[in-house]
Amino acid sequence: MPQPVIYTHQLTRKFGDFVAVDAITFEVQPGEIFGFLGANGAGKTTAMRILCGLLSPTSGQANVAGFDVYRQNEEIKKQIGYMSQKFSLYENLTVRENIQFFGGIYGLSRQELKDKTNVLIDRLGLHNEANKLVGALPLGWKQKISFSVAILHRPKIVFLDEPTGGVDPITRRQFWDMIYEAAHDGITVFVTTHYMDEAEYCDRVSIMVDGAIAALDTPAGLKKQFNATNMDEVFLQLARGAKRGD
Amino acid sequence: MATVHVENIKKTYDKGSVLALDNVSFDVKSGELFGLIGPDGAGKTSLFRILTTLLLPDGGHAQVAGLDVVNDLWKIRRIVGYMPGKFSLYQDLSIEENLQFFATVFNTTVEKNYHLIEDIYVQIEPFKKRLAGKLSGGMKQKLALCCALIHEPKVLFLDEPTTGVDPVSRKEFWDMLDRLKTRGITIVVSTPYMDEASRCDRIALIQKGKILELDTLTKIIGRHAQNLYAVNADNRYQLMHDLRKPAEIESSFAFGEEQHVTLRTPENGENYLIDYLTQTGHSDITVRKIDPTIEDVFIKLMLENQ
Repeated sequence: MPQPVIYTHQLTRKFGDFVAVDAITFEVQPGEIFGFLGANGAGKTTAMRILCGLLSPTSGQANVAGFDVYRQNEEIKKQIGYMSQKFSLYENLTVRENIQFFGGIYGLSRQELKDKTNVLIDRLGLHNEANKLVGALPLGWKQKISFSVAILHRPKIVFLDEPTGGVDPITRRQFWDMIYEAAHDGITVFVTTHYMDEAEYCDRVSIMVDGAIAALDTPAGLKKQFNATNMDEVFLQLARGAKRGD
Repeated sequence: MATVHVENIKKTYDKGSVLALDNVSFDVKSGELFGLIGPDGAGKTSLFRILTTLLLPDGGHAQVAGLDVVNDLWKIRRIVGYMPGKFSLYQDLSIEENLQFFATVFNTTVEKNYHLIEDIYVQIEPFKKRLAGKLSGGMKQKLALCCALIHEPKVLFLDEPTTGVDPVSRKEFWDMLDRLKTRGITIVVSTPYMDEASRCDRIALIQKGKILELDTLTKIIGRHAQNLYAVNADNRYQLMHDLRKPAEIESSFAFGEEQHVTLRTPENGENYLIDYLTQTGHSDITVRKIDPTIEDVFIKLMLENQ
């Protein structure tokens, strides 16, 4: 068994009396597509912020890409990529400028930046749009560019926070093709989504309820365990029992 | 008579260079729960803003409850409720202050129309002194719906009320809309979630400013019967790749745990797929002929309109 790329043990985060993340224990293996599900307010965002090195836990252990979340959070930030619908690209920079800006932040050299920018524009078929402002592009393209930028520095893990919200059904699937390719190249994918069909595309899925991990297995295993025909039913069964509102 | 009548509405931005609505026409019947279903950028918000008199169309006509959206704007504003996609209540007022504010603006009181909002409001009432800016997403959504309802509108326009909301809360929200419908309020709601189509009386599928289809869910699906197969095998990644290769395969898209596949030559599709996948070395192959979902139909229409 290889070393897990994410490891948590009894990881807990409190805000005053409120236990946002309640003693979660799980591991994610390298190259895995790990779906991190839960209702609004279940504690996903808090857990994800801890794993990205942005927030310290109250107690418990967590290790990301071999680094400790308490002491080595700056190291963690160098090993990961992050993308969400809320924060993606600078609308008033061009596609090319965005790629170079984020690549620069992630520490790529001038030559690497030049090469990777051209490869990326080529792969996304964006020759005609490369010098256009990102703000003028459709959401689906922005999301694809944003994902590509998040893995430009070949991170060990990429965190995707509801990456496909609102995009059309074809683009949503093209986006998942990109996720599969990244995972195939060895990048671990940690993804949240409200589309339950997308949960089926994950290797394993955890479902958070009231700060705790209520279930964790492969999609097939979860469906069997909850006697459900699809992930939507699994999710409804678990999340309906939630005590804390969003 | 139609409660909402839209006729050849056109809207462009940036001096005509961006076409947001391309001669859109449809009617919403009185008391109907009508869904506009389409992705971000389809033109849903532009349409809502025109129908709520907040934006002028470049061309075409539209009426709400028989009133013209350009000439009768003040009358329309009194009889419609609008919940914009972006949270637009006063962040520095509390829950109850926001509600009272909207009631007062419409020259009514919370008490008078409390029956309309009761089953939604009781869920957020324990927090009524909390500032709207401090509420969670689900609570904001419920407060916004209460504020859009407090003047007893004839027509309710809800722009993507469930975007970014988890499946349980989405279901609860649609249950609330069902109850409002029984009170005779006409509801026009937009959503990017295709599965919510089944909660509407009729739907319009909208993409790039054009209506692709408009009818009941059952009729739309019936019109787009196709030779569709649900395919699975042990190695999903390899399966996705292999299903893209042969010329016989028209389209292949991931749908949950399966791939949905259409073929150019409809005969013996099942045999063809099993043979092809066996030859390419797959195991645990399953192929079923299936009826399309609304998302299959949307994808088909998108490909046809490309």
